[in-house]
Amino acid sequence: MCLAIPGRIVEMDGQSAHLAVVDVMGVRRRVDLALLQEDAPVPGDWVLIHVGFAMSKISETDAIDQMQTLTMLGETQAAMEEVRGYGLEDVGKDQSGRRLKQ
Amino acid sequence: MKFVDEFRAPELIAKAGEEIRRLADPARHYRIMEVCGGHTHAIYRFGLKDLLPENVELIHGPGCPVCVLPMGRIDDGLSLAAEPNFIFAAFGDMMRVPGTHGSPLEYKARGMDVRIVYSPADSLKLARNNPEKHVMFFAIGFETTAPSTALTLVRAKAEGLKNFSVFCNHVTIIPAIRAILDSPDMRLDGFVGPGHVSTVIGCRPYDWIAQDEGKPVVVSGFEPLDILQSIVMLLRQMRNGEAKVENQYKRVVPWEGNRAALRAMGEVFELRPYFEWRGLGFISQSALKIRASYAQWDSEQRFSVPGVRVTDPKAAQCGEVLKGVLKPAQCKLFGRECTPEQPVGALMVSSEGSCAAYYNYEHRKPIEIANAMGR
Repeated sequence: MCLAIPGRIVEMDGQSAHLAVVDVMGVRRRVDLALLQEDAPVPGDWVLIHVGFAMSKISETDAIDQMQTLTMLGETQAAMEEVRGYGLEDVGKDQSGRRLKQ
Repeated sequence: MKFVDEFRAPELIAKAGEEIRRLADPARHYRIMEVCGGHTHAIYRFGLKDLLPENVELIHGPGCPVCVLPMGRIDDGLSLAAEPNFIFAAFGDMMRVPGTHGSPLEYKARGMDVRIVYSPADSLKLARNNPEKHVMFFAIGFETTAPSTALTLVRAKAEGLKNFSVFCNHVTIIPAIRAILDSPDMRLDGFVGPGHVSTVIGCRPYDWIAQDEGKPVVVSGFEPLDILQSIVMLLRQMRNGEAKVENQYKRVVPWEGNRAALRAMGEVFELRPYFEWRGLGFISQSALKIRASYAQWDSEQRFSVPGVRVTDPKAAQCGEVLKGVLKPAQCKLFGRECTPEQPVGALMVSSEGSCAAYYNYEHRKPIEIANAMGR
């Protein structure tokens, strides 16, 4: 729950202004950007995600560092489980987030 | 195992360790509290205590949300969910936290509809997908997660969603720090401030700790080097006779915090007059309550809640460990009756709980680091 997961914004969601598709190590899910409205991120930007909401904009270097920190903490699996679970997606059927792209 | 290779900048780590030893006055004993459970986890995982001289002691703080939640609140939440057509939704961290008659996971095994969600927004989706049922999101967390719950409630209200409510257990970190500083059996010299909570609240709320209590605070990142640098910054202040708030985690934490997140919290929540914390007792104005304007989406205002108070299992000494009075292994149940597989106390459940962190990592001494540093 207290994991901060780095992800890169792929595209804005066509239907909801506050949602964007974010890529976390190849898994793509919709993430809420409403808490960053004062400095709204755009596709290509990196963000730190907590419980499905982007909380801060970060640099690419910091994003890579953060992923390595999660790996060192042994939390990568938990982080990916969290990301795959966003949107009540079926974890078993969708390992790479491809379904969302189609 | 080449533990030292896992660090990105081993030479910087060694340098920070040297600087800590240079700054620490051998005639003094320093007690530094890391407030956040994420820091506790990192400190044990990376064996950072082994890089510190004996007179620089790290005390583990109350910043683990599942650990400070009193059992009565879990019982209350689960008792509501016993109603027919009820879905109990919570983060995965909550699922193994024991209530008096079992954890949410055990209730699920007995037939209750218990679901893991990874975002509060998904509990809203669950409500939309199950219009014939009531979905209760059992919300926990500090200021890191409270804004997400707040926005979820704003959306539930905007949508007029009727079959959704939040059982709110959100707590705020500042009153807990105050309670710890007021505790007579606690002597602390400084604080490693929480990283992600500060992303939301910023650095100003810690001002009083420096100004009124004369204790330095350094808001810190989670990498080994971040934590060691924060300790260097604390010791440097102490050596210079200063007490101020500094931000080591500037790459993520803005000094003013996240205004949109604070606005969302202000819209939905108000302070409770008091709230019970496991191990710390009742702390005034330390938790968030859903405002009357959102009463329809507040499980506590909408349903009748028993308001159970449960004392912790007598043999378990979670309270003393939480306050930093006892080390995890000094608890009578540690590693015997209470393990991460079969937790008795909440500190053993979460990876951010000091007991679980101690259990998982303390025996894994990073000898290579010590060797690399010529100790």
